[in-house]
Amino acid sequence: MVESKYMPLDGANAVSQAMRQINPDVVAAYPITPQTAVVQNFSQYVADGLVDTEFVPVESEHAAMSACVGASAAGARVMTATAANGLALMWEMLYIASGMRLPIVLTVVNRALSSPLNIHCDHSDSMGARDSGWLQLYAETGQEAYDNTIKAIRIAEHPDILLPVMSCQDGFITGHGVERVGILPDEAVQEFVGTYHPKYSLLDTDHPVTMGAWDFTDYYFEHKRQQTEAMNNALPIVKQIFREYEELSGRPQSIVDMWGMDDADYAIIVLASTAGTTRTVAREWRARGIKVGVIKPRVYRPFPAQEIIEAIKNCKAVAVLDRAISFGTPLGAGPLFTDITSALYNEGITGLPVVDYIYGLGGRDTVPPMIESVYQDLQEIAATGERGALVRYLGLRE
Amino acid sequence: MAERIRVNLRDIINKEERLAPGHRLCAGCAEPVIVRQILLAIDDPVVVSTATGCLEVSTTVYPYTSWRVPWIHSAFENAATTLSGIEAAYKALRRTGKIPQDKEIKLIAFGGDGASYDIGLQFISGALERGHRIVYVCLNNEAYMNTGIQRSSATPRGASTTTSPAGKVIPGKVQWRKPFTHIMAAHDIPYVAQAAPHNYRDLMRKVKKAISVDGPAVLNILAPCPRGWRHPSDQTMAISKLAADTCYWPLYEIDHGKVIVNYKPRNKVPVAEWLKAQGRFRHLFQPANAWLLEEIQAKVDEEWERLLKEEANS
Repeated sequence: MVESKYMPLDGANAVSQAMRQINPDVVAAYPITPQTAVVQNFSQYVADGLVDTEFVPVESEHAAMSACVGASAAGARVMTATAANGLALMWEMLYIASGMRLPIVLTVVNRALSSPLNIHCDHSDSMGARDSGWLQLYAETGQEAYDNTIKAIRIAEHPDILLPVMSCQDGFITGHGVERVGILPDEAVQEFVGTYHPKYSLLDTDHPVTMGAWDFTDYYFEHKRQQTEAMNNALPIVKQIFREYEELSGRPQSIVDMWGMDDADYAIIVLASTAGTTRTVAREWRARGIKVGVIKPRVYRPFPAQEIIEAIKNCKAVAVLDRAISFGTPLGAGPLFTDITSALYNEGITGLPVVDYIYGLGGRDTVPPMIESVYQDLQEIAATGERGALVRYLGLRE
Repeated sequence: MAERIRVNLRDIINKEERLAPGHRLCAGCAEPVIVRQILLAIDDPVVVSTATGCLEVSTTVYPYTSWRVPWIHSAFENAATTLSGIEAAYKALRRTGKIPQDKEIKLIAFGGDGASYDIGLQFISGALERGHRIVYVCLNNEAYMNTGIQRSSATPRGASTTTSPAGKVIPGKVQWRKPFTHIMAAHDIPYVAQAAPHNYRDLMRKVKKAISVDGPAVLNILAPCPRGWRHPSDQTMAISKLAADTCYWPLYEIDHGKVIVNYKPRNKVPVAEWLKAQGRFRHLFQPANAWLLEEIQAKVDEEWERLLKEEANS
């Protein structure tokens, strides 16, 4: 373990510090609120000669990912950052990056998708990209955003994975929120990420390769099967890399963070910053002797179904908090909820009541009394045996 | 004054082809001819980025490839941007010593007119503004040929395509072509040129010039398409030559701001001769459309005169 140096940083600054330490070969990026600080800071590092990176200040997010695809195919270690509509504009290229098995790392500072226009946090942007073949990590704090950025490089470039990684944190809430962030020594980060040795590179002109070929009905299916196989097999490798990083940093790095889940009757499953608010409430309730717990997946793609199911299978009632709506699912549930309920079904667990709470859309504040109301609902569901509404809303005026 | 660039036929025929035969482009398609001319004009290693289109789908049918050089296709609109990323990687990896400092690699992007004039215009513009040392080549067959001859902003007025068909009321495409070559030149990049494959010496000299400048270069190359233009597949080069002889497709270059018209036909052939050779313009020769023929001739004359003035003034 090496000592971290603690600094007051907002989440966006924490990520740009990680990027400086990683010192990628190429960063191609376009500014968008609330990710702007990442691009600005990194541009300054380039201007001050603190990194060796070639910075490509592109004219759109689509161009950002297009340039990342070219640079990564050319054998460079490549990073970028975006949010919301910027991620939406990248959509076509997200699938191309993963389909070409390019280990690009993308920082997402989560923000609501238009329309209506809103610059504040929800997860509609990255949740929409959950099927795009990228691994997804979600950070609760600026610290986790920093840590995940460094781990993401190792995960993406692992020869048995070779898939791009999206490292997400909550816009403004952690992105602009200053907190105490432990920064590893530069050399420790450099050593952890190591040197990228691509198997194929366009710039290896003595060994020409054709990338992005026209793939007919006779091969496309097999290529997609290989891609899903890489994703399906990624979780043990991700765990291993998380463990290595835990040993390096001394900070706990489980792929799913469990609080009070050893004996919890009532569990809330939530991604990113709201996990902190939820734990605050959970602590108070535990002090009153009520067995509540909190589950925070740090990895969302591939989905850590086993870990979550194992933790909740003996609960009396479970609530999922979704910061996005998967429009058109039964009753308009969120993506996390549908993942969890389908995983429960696959495990043959059908008696456990699970309800979904859509919360925090467009940056709506999620405060402790709302979380208390969720635990109260779970108690009531368990007491009455009546599940009630499947999908509910937290902090919504109706 | 820079050394005069010469194209020697003996040098060309002794070089190894970098685009292998056996690809699936149509008989009479100008594109593989142009690509071979371009690759034969370059001595250094080359990396190629290609937009979605005829060239891409016909040369890389998995698990085969016609490319003997490193090649990538990522999407339709972004061949220039993909190449920007490759150029950035090239610079970064040379800087950090992962690629030898003295290793010279030329970077070429190919896109059709749809990829260049339409869906990719912003991407090309961005790449030119950033000043990457790349050569962007528009293989201009004047419509979306890969998807079945739909009009693009490079399609000439009057041409019948599947989305600008000549009908009972509308005689083919209504709009004039977009002045793409001039739009490229307006970025104040070191080198922009128009070329056509029948004049391979001129085309290859322009390629050599394009790869030698310190910054981005754009080549807009006319690529006759027997399927879309409706001409016999053995007439490709004759039609390419007619385009230059009628001044419909002037061969010129803008070298660091200086306009040079490389070919001035001694006898400027009426544009009707060029139009007549292609089925896509057949309807223009109905008596009711005579006015349109006159308009097209007037437009060709006006653009040619303007180009000569630009040459004189530059």
